[in-house]
Amino acid sequence: MNGLHESLLELIRHTSAEIPDDVQQAILTSLENEKKGTIAEATMRIIDQNIALAKRKSQPICQDTGSIIFYVDCPVGFDQIAFTDVACAMVREATKKGYLRQNSVDSLTGKNDGTNLGPGSPTIHFHQHRAEDTQVRLVLKGGGCENVGAQYSLPDEALHANRDLDGCRKAILDAVLQAQGKGCGPGVLGVCIGGDRATGYEFSKQQFLRLLPDRNPVPELDRLEQDILKTANELGIGPMGFGGTTTLLGVKICAVNRLPASFFVSVSYMCWAFRRQGVSLAPDGGIEKWLY
Amino acid sequence: MISLQTPVSEEQIRALKVGDTVEVSGTVFTGRDAMHKYLHDGGQLPAGVLLRGGVLYHCGPVVIKDPSGAWKVTAAGPTTSTREEPYQWQIIRDHGVRAVIGKGGMGDRTIEACKQHGCVYLHAVGGAAQVLAERIRRVKNVYFLEKFGSPEAIWELEVENFPVLVTIDAHGNSLHKEIFARSQTELAKRL
Repeated sequence: MNGLHESLLELIRHTSAEIPDDVQQAILTSLENEKKGTIAEATMRIIDQNIALAKRKSQPICQDTGSIIFYVDCPVGFDQIAFTDVACAMVREATKKGYLRQNSVDSLTGKNDGTNLGPGSPTIHFHQHRAEDTQVRLVLKGGGCENVGAQYSLPDEALHANRDLDGCRKAILDAVLQAQGKGCGPGVLGVCIGGDRATGYEFSKQQFLRLLPDRNPVPELDRLEQDILKTANELGIGPMGFGGTTTLLGVKICAVNRLPASFFVSVSYMCWAFRRQGVSLAPDGGIEKWLY
Repeated sequence: MISLQTPVSEEQIRALKVGDTVEVSGTVFTGRDAMHKYLHDGGQLPAGVLLRGGVLYHCGPVVIKDPSGAWKVTAAGPTTSTREEPYQWQIIRDHGVRAVIGKGGMGDRTIEACKQHGCVYLHAVGGAAQVLAERIRRVKNVYFLEKFGSPEAIWELEVENFPVLVTIDAHGNSLHKEIFARSQTELAKRL
């Protein structure tokens, strides 16, 4: 194995077993915020213990090691095919080692060949940039939280949601209500306003690459993020939907252009077991630094 | 905190109510999508899978073979239970399951089956795969490993003090319905 092989295997292990610092901080804050002696507090305590245990044992935080999604920022001339081959080989290896569960199923036959490789798995998004370095980010997104994602097409008569920011707010809060604790709350919302049905979800997921405490540079979106977070946490859904004060740990929203005929609001939900890590690679493929 | 040792009697189950914290010890069988559909389609359980008076766990664990060849569960949190809603009532009725462990809660047919046949739904903390795996003492057996694949196989696990919360009891109560109604009212005030 050369530098890149080792780096990607370590990236997968690290992502599966260790929660990023910004998310851990948010979880600790919510543990402190829950009323002492409540089920919500006991639940946050188990979550906190689980994070520590996974790190110490170098084992998956959650047994659903999720969809494997790489985001690669690379210089012009980067060999994407060679990178893809190494990434696939390391996904196979990580699965053998138990960093990843045998988690990929043929949708037609129902067969699971135990490699996590197949059409659509892993998913790798390449973005060229003018810089010399290569950055690889990895998100492992479990199925429980993926299943509570929702896409709204505005206007939505049932929600009285029109094609404006208030309509977006109603749609996003409806997604929070419908999700309850089913996506393993307290979670984080990634939202995209606009786009088409495919890109809407795609951009909503990219929001998970942002740091939780960052602020949206677009003032309207920043206000909406803060408002949704505050409102959601007043609903009393709480950790795992058992009731309590922390329903969400964060809300991240982007807006992209849409067609005149379409107005989608796409909401992706990330569970508290928020697995996202990244590395900057040295020219020999070794890890230069961790990004989160 | 209430301790439950398998096999569990109907009386013990009827005594539980929504909001009780429980620790389960003894044997639990994992079963998820493939197993539920298989039973629904009339499939027969292998001889060793004893669900009567037993506990069914909605879980697809990460299991590896250690160097000695023994199975070792390295991560084992609950999976979302609602996917089994079309089948669960029937399995409770026909197989005498006394407790279902999962996450996210279940619907009206399961709530009714719990009431009618004396079963409870026990909610484990989703994602807490390491804390929960620590409470699994050993893998006693595995069934349908080839047929269903590892996450979907029926794993027979010996557990000790496995922490869960009663969110559907045998009296028709559901914490999930209560919280949904309450949060819906709160949201309406803020729109």
